[in-house]
Order: sequence, then C-alpha cells, then structure tokens
Amino acid sequence: MAVLVVADNDNAHLRDGTHKTVTAALKLSSDVDVLVLGKGAKAVADAAAKITGVRKVLLAESDALGHGVAEAEADAVLALAGNYDAILIPATSGGKNFAPRVAAKLDVAPISEIVEVVSADTFTRPIYAGNALETVQTSDAKKVITVRPTAFAAAEEGGSAPVETVSGADAGKTRFVSEEMVKSDRPELAAAKIVVSGGRAMGSAEEFQKVIEPLADKLGAAVGASRAAVDAGYAPNDYQVGQTGKVVAPALYIAIGISGAIQHLAGMKDSKIIVAINKDSDAPIFQIADYGLVADYKSAVPELMDALTAAGK
Amino acid sequence: MKVLVPVKRVIDYNVKVRVKPDQTGVDLANVKMSMNPFCEIAVEEAVRLKEKGVATEVVIVSIGPQQAQETIRTALAMGGDRGVLIVTDIDPEPLAVAKLLAAVVAEEQPNLVLMGKQAIDGDNNAVGQMLSALLGWPQATYASAIEVSGSTAKVTREVDGGLQTLDVDLPAVVTADLRLNEPRYASLPNIMKAKKKEIAQKTVADYGVDVAPRLKVLKVVEPAKRSAGIKLETAADLVSKLKTAGVL
Ligand SMILES: Cc1cc2nc3c(=O)[nH]c(=O)nc-3n(C[C@H](O)[C@H](O)[C@H](O)COP(=O)(O)OP(=O)(O)OC[C@H]3O[C@@H](n4cnc5c(N)ncnc54)[C@H](O)[C@@H]3O)c2cc1C
Ligand SMILES: Nc1ncnc2c1ncn2[C@@H]1O[C@H](COP(=O)(O)O)[C@@H](O)[C@H]1O
Repeated sequence: MAVLVVADNDNAHLRDGTHKTVTAALKLSSDVDVLVLGKGAKAVADAAAKITGVRKVLLAESDALGHGVAEAEADAVLALAGNYDAILIPATSGGKNFAPRVAAKLDVAPISEIVEVVSADTFTRPIYAGNALETVQTSDAKKVITVRPTAFAAAEEGGSAPVETVSGADAGKTRFVSEEMVKSDRPELAAAKIVVSGGRAMGSAEEFQKVIEPLADKLGAAVGASRAAVDAGYAPNDYQVGQTGKVVAPALYIAIGISGAIQHLAGMKDSKIIVAINKDSDAPIFQIADYGLVADYKSAVPELMDALTAAGK
Repeated sequence: MKVLVPVKRVIDYNVKVRVKPDQTGVDLANVKMSMNPFCEIAVEEAVRLKEKGVATEVVIVSIGPQQAQETIRTALAMGGDRGVLIVTDIDPEPLAVAKLLAAVVAEEQPNLVLMGKQAIDGDNNAVGQMLSALLGWPQATYASAIEVSGSTAKVTREVDGGLQTLDVDLPAVVTADLRLNEPRYASLPNIMKAKKKEIAQKTVADYGVDVAPRLKVLKVVEPAKRSAGIKLETAADLVSKLKTAGVL
C-alpha cells in the first residue's frame, strides 16, 4: 500500500499541516510520498524532502497550481492517483477545496477531516460541529481523505528524500483574477502555540486592534476571532475560529468577549488551556474554560498586560 | 438565466445535539429541523440575482425524507419559483448527492448551481466540489461576493490567508460562505404564496443513480468532555496559574 500526501504550502513555505498529515499517512503505510503543488515552489519540495519517513517528493508546477485553482490541483493529483491506495490532504480551506473533486473523479466517497486513523480502512471524524465523533469504515479500494492537522503530531525532520518533477496542470474554465492576503508578522493561526481571540464585545475594528493585537504581540500569539467579530468587520475572515472557520489547538487559547457558541467551541475546544474573559459569569465559554476572569475586558485586558509585564513578559 | 439551488434539511443549528446511547447516531426524534444555514444563504443570493434581473428562474431541489418538502417551501417563501423533492429514507453520502444533483442538472439545464459550502450535520464540505467535478463545470467555493456578467461570474472567495477572486465561465457551481449575504425572513404573504408553488415529487429510481453507501458507520460517540475550570479574581492570579501550567 502506498500513500500520497499533498503538501500544505504557499509556494514559498512548507506549512506544518504537511508534517501532521504525514504522521497520519505513516499509520497507513511506510510508503509515503509527498506531492507539492505550486509555482516556483522548489524550496517547498526541498523542505518536504527533509520530513522523516517520506519516500520521495513530487513537485508539480503551473500558474494555476501557484494560485490554488481547484480544477488544476485535482487534475495534478489525479494524474498520479493510479500509483497510490490512499491520498491524504490537509483539511485547510485549500485542501478541502479540491479533495472532493479528486474523490468524485475516482468514484470514491471522500472522508472529511479525520482526527484518528483506526485501521487501514477505518477512520474517526467529527460531525455536528464536533458534538459527535463518527467512526466509518470505507469499502472503496482507493481512499481520498482530508486530515485535521491539529489532531496529529508533526512528523520530525531529518530525512533526505529525492525530489522529482511531475507534470503541472491548468485551470480550464476558471481564471485567477486577484488575491488580497492579510499581511502579518504574527505566527500562523492554525499552528500558533498561543492564540488570543476577540468577539463581538470589541464593538469596532479599532477596538479589536487596540485590545486584542497588543496582547497577542506581548505573548507572541496569533490572533483569532469569533464569527460575530468577523461578520461585523472587526477582523478579517481569515481570523475566524470555529466549525466553519479555522480549527486550532494551541497550548493556550484566550477568548475575550466571546460567548462560547458551539460553532466557536468546535474550532478551539481541543486547546490545552483555555482562558475566558467575559463580563457575564453565565457565558457558556466558562463551562469549558480552565481559567476564567468574570470582568469587563476594558479593565481586565490592561490589567493582564500589566501582570504580564510584571512577570517579565 | 436559470439558477438551481440544492438545499438540505438538517438539525437546527441552535439545537443541542445528543448522541444516542446505542452509539448508532445522533438523536433526531422530536428535534427542531431547519434549512442548513449555508443553503439559506445560497437561496437568498439566488433570489437577489432574480430581483436584479440577472436570474429568470430559481429552482430549489432537496434530497431527503418527505418532510424536506417543508425545507423547499421555506425556500419558495423566500422567493424561489418551484421545487424538486427527491424522496429517500437514507441520508445519502456526498457522492450520491452529487450524482443525483448532476442528474437534476441534466434535466433542468441551469446556468448556475448556487449551494451551501457545508451542511452542518455531516460537516463534509464536499458536494459542491464533487458536483462541479462530475459536470466538468468550473467551481468557485466559499463565496463572499458574486457578480454575474454575461457568460461569466466573478466570485470573491474566503480562503486561508484572506480573499481570492476567480472568474469562471458559466455554467458553474458556486458555494456560499457566511459573509455572502444575510438571508431574509419570509413575509406572511410570501409564505401563503409559496403554498401554491409547484414541488415535483421524485424518487431516486427516477434518476437511476446508485446511492448505496460506501461508508459503514461503525459507531457514533460523544467526544471527551472538558470540565469547567476555576474563576479567578485578578489578572495577576491568571498569570501565575499560566506560569505554573508552563504555557507562558
Ligand atoms: C452555520 C453557522 C456557522 C457558524 N460558524 C461559526 C464559526 O466558525 N465560528 C464562530 O465563532 N461562530 C460561528 N457561528 C456563530 C455562532 O453561532 C455565534 O453567533 C458566534 O460565535 C458569537 O460570537 P461572539 O461570541 O463574539 O458574540 P456573542 O455571542 O454576542 O458574545 C459576546 C460576548 O461578549 C461578552 N461581553 C460583552 N461586552 C463585554 C465586555 N465589555 N467585557 C467582557 N465581555 C463582554 C458578552 O457577555 C457575550 O458573552 C456560526 C453560526 C452558524 C449558524
Ligand atoms: N440531501 C441533500 N439535498 C440537497 N442538497 C444537499 C444535500 N446534501 C448536501 N447538499 C448540498 O451540498 C451542500 C454541501 O453539503 P456537504 O458537502 O454535505 O457539507 C449543502 O449546503 C447543500 O447545498
């Protein structure tokens, strides 16, 4: 049995969702190859070659692949699918965008966002916003699976697999027009050790930037937000944590002015330590928080900043 | 331009989900069911396209139990023109749904399929992409803005890192994200009017699609519960706890 892992990357950097997906793949087989889709992504392929346990790295490049166009991504994977028994794709928005296409073309049932490999044909995945865990056994000979990175440890680095070039693919009837990426020097939300998130309580984008961002910077944290904060324009869409946003599992998650709706919890309840700052002592977030401050964030956050300074942070 | 909107009847997003003690699934007896919120957003967008004079007809389709008719009625009350209900007792997997929808597309010949990005029961986030692949139509998922002009559509998408804009040839499949619009509430007169709109009743056999499940559900369990922690008095207490826990 051979497994193909599609790398999580932005043409310049390999993201650690790849390492985590390799860990899931190694539970299925010791023959694990990594496919890098991108443009000008040689450095990404070289980085993937260092992941321990990887047999070889395949690099497919084209303009459409560089822009993450799903039609091209699926075609590039399909061109190689004959050599593999399972295709594992990190469950990022980009991965979820093309994985089902691969499954449809192969006439197999995709298995979305697995959190556990039970055996070679049996996997566990969350459903209903993480309120239930379903274990499914597939009867398809070939498997197309997306992997929730936070559920697996990252594979180590130390290998030196060969890198081969394979053919790229084009976008067909879809044209890339433009992109508007949020620029930030902070750690990436999905991989950060600490996440500070703000909710509707912030009331404005200015307040969000004034309250949440300095605290995040003091902690070297990534910034997250609730859907309500994103909908209201306080934070960019890319910050949304939850059932239909990003799933995070940092060592420390600090929720400020977030009530704790199940859709939000779905994206952060596997964090190691959860802190909630909320003025309503009955807010559902306190039912899962390890430490809570029942307080107005307007006084609590400055006090927290001072306490961190006093503690040498 | 004809727009097809597939909608799914799911457990209402406000309901606290309970896993059945025998681990066979989630308890759906006597719980409130509603239209999947992302499908509501898709219906709203289709109706707005009609109001703008871009779309001429909005056809709603649902695959599910007989009660999914109510879900279609809700969409018709929001402004859809007519419905198609494909009745089935099983909750079909995304592959089967995509195949059935491809058969409906062959029959209806829409210029655009506008649907939800994800159904909040199975959280698969798959059918739109699969339908696009089966039809060989372009896809634009996670849409936060759609602009149709002539034979193409410009779609702004919510992606990791920010926003991306694609231009797709029509016909195409577009899936809705949360920021696309805010769905309207149907007015009483429109609810009354919707009662008279046509809903065609179909069966899976009418389309000759194999809907046999590929996945066997071995068990459904509740995730490990997190217990509530402690409430602290001061920010300084919090910092000292976090230091002790080794996360600072
Ligand atoms: C289909 C669907 C998908 C969804 N997906 C997501 C998702 O991915 N992520 C997500 O987050 N949500 C999601 N939601 C939305 C979710 O249901 C909630 O509406 C949302 O999480 C609420 O955001 P909030 O906690 O910021 O706002 P609210 O629920 O309004 O909570 C604000 C909190 O701030 C507190 N507060 C107010 N003022 C202060 C103050 N001065 N100091 C301290 N505390 C204060 C209040 O006590 C309250 O608890 C989804 C909903 C649907 C229907
Ligand atoms: N049984 C169904 N009937 C009609 N549409 C469906 C059905 N299941 C899924 N869909 C459509 O596919 C979208 C994505 O669902 P999923 O891929 O299951 O998360 C939904 O928002 C619907 O638009």
